[in-house]
Amino acid sequence: MPRPAAIVVNGLLAGLAVVALFPLLWMLSVSFMAPGASSVYPPQLLPHEPTLGNYRELFARVGVGRYLANSLLVAVAATALSLFFNVTAGYAFAKLRFAGRDRIFRLMLGALVIPGQVAMVPLFLLLKQLGLVNSYGGVIVPAMASIFGIFLVRQYALSIPDDLLEAARIDGASEWRIFAMVVVPLLKPIVVTLAVFTLLGTWNDFMWPLIVLTDKELYTLPVALAGLSREHVQDNELMMAGSVLTILPVLVVFLVLQRYYIQGLMTGGVKG
Amino acid sequence: MKSRGAGWWFAAPALCVIAVFFVLPVLAALAMSLTDFDIYALADLSTLRIVGLRNYAELLRRPLFWQALGNTLYFVAVGVPLSLAVSLVAALLLNSRLARLQPFFRTALFAPVVTTVVAVAVIWRYLLGTRYGVLNYALGALGIPEIDWLGDPRFAMPAIILFAVWKNFGYNMIILLAGLQKIPDDLYEAARIDGASAFAQFRFVTLPMLTPILTIVGILTVAGYFQLFAEPYVMTQGGPLQSTVSVLYFMYEEGFKWWNLGNASAVAFLLFLLIFAVTLVQMRVARRAPGWQ
Repeated sequence: MPRPAAIVVNGLLAGLAVVALFPLLWMLSVSFMAPGASSVYPPQLLPHEPTLGNYRELFARVGVGRYLANSLLVAVAATALSLFFNVTAGYAFAKLRFAGRDRIFRLMLGALVIPGQVAMVPLFLLLKQLGLVNSYGGVIVPAMASIFGIFLVRQYALSIPDDLLEAARIDGASEWRIFAMVVVPLLKPIVVTLAVFTLLGTWNDFMWPLIVLTDKELYTLPVALAGLSREHVQDNELMMAGSVLTILPVLVVFLVLQRYYIQGLMTGGVKG
Repeated sequence: MKSRGAGWWFAAPALCVIAVFFVLPVLAALAMSLTDFDIYALADLSTLRIVGLRNYAELLRRPLFWQALGNTLYFVAVGVPLSLAVSLVAALLLNSRLARLQPFFRTALFAPVVTTVVAVAVIWRYLLGTRYGVLNYALGALGIPEIDWLGDPRFAMPAIILFAVWKNFGYNMIILLAGLQKIPDDLYEAARIDGASAFAQFRFVTLPMLTPILTIVGILTVAGYFQLFAEPYVMTQGGPLQSTVSVLYFMYEEGFKWWNLGNASAVAFLLFLLIFAVTLVQMRVARRAPGWQ
């Protein structure tokens, strides 16, 4: 076999991996540097005297613990609610018959091309009427159900054998009982996939929380970080520590559950 | 019979949420774009006037709107092909039989996708810095003079494009990789027997087989890149000299800084029409390409 080709392929892959990971590793390294220590020429790769000072400063003075808690609360609540809404609907569109089912489904697929931002201005006014502007609810409510989520679950639920559901019905089980005892266990992989998608999506979301949250106390991490980065343009070390706190949770969730994430991407992306 | 009623009960909660918090606002956006909804109307709805297409007419007369449109088109026209090219190369490399440590490389190349845009934009703003930025240091080692990436109107958008490609290429890479893995080996086998070179195999087997997925990926990426917002918000605040104001950035400022909500709705609708039109063109072009079944 040609050796040079293998060297080229693996060399290019290694190069791409360095480009992909370098900014993240650099962030981690600088986050442990003392204030001002990164502003030297030539740039240093590793901190001379590693310190947790930036993190201490973020928690003690900037109050980042509050933002962390806000982000966590919003992401977990939105994920839990969206699982309920999307899984029930996805199952219904795949396996239950109801009037107008296929027409509604086609309409929803068509609506996928409408960017969410088109809805933002009226959505803001609607939530203002409902008293949800500047509250956790304002961030969570629009994320409760998504066409993409319903679609993802439906594609997977199509593979559930009808005989199985029929047998449960003959045994006299109610539809909700069948859903809870038979359907949900079978859907477990796609439920995990959807959970990871929604969790990462709401954690990383920026534009909508920026619009709907005005009170600093309620800011999610990305909104708070964007504000801080405008105030602290020179404090690189502090900002890198803030970025670590924002990115690390999602990166860990992804690494632990990446099998589900990538699988979902492959089914949803290819068929979508 | 029994499941007929149940179906509605299962689907209704999600459909209600989507109807109230998505469909209704989209329709309302169209209606609002025909009004002069502003900060006074926000306080007192009776001041609201229907102005027909005046918002649209005025937008088309504003230089900043055209600038935002031009900047966004620049970002899409350069960013999407570059992004797709990197994704395709990475997918081909990962799919190569010669590649080692595939699971590691796949995860490493995908990692930027799951990160938070705002946080990595903060990192990149620092990497792109003039004096202590690592990128300028690396370029300096190659003899390239210092570039004021985010402070020079000529370089701010290219810098944002580089950042976006870095952040996003892993996503399409995974989808294209799934497509590559579905191409039957016999096709390559047959091509090899016919004496096709590696490039010929790529040109006449891989590319045609990948066309449907490339089309979908292209459409989704264009739609996504048209929605540029967080990157300029964090890295440049639309500057320098408004060279990175995107359509959505313009909409955000118009709507939620100046509270010209009628105007902002018109901007959002124009963006939607633009994405829709470009999608239709892409689908037409793709249907003519070989490999579309």
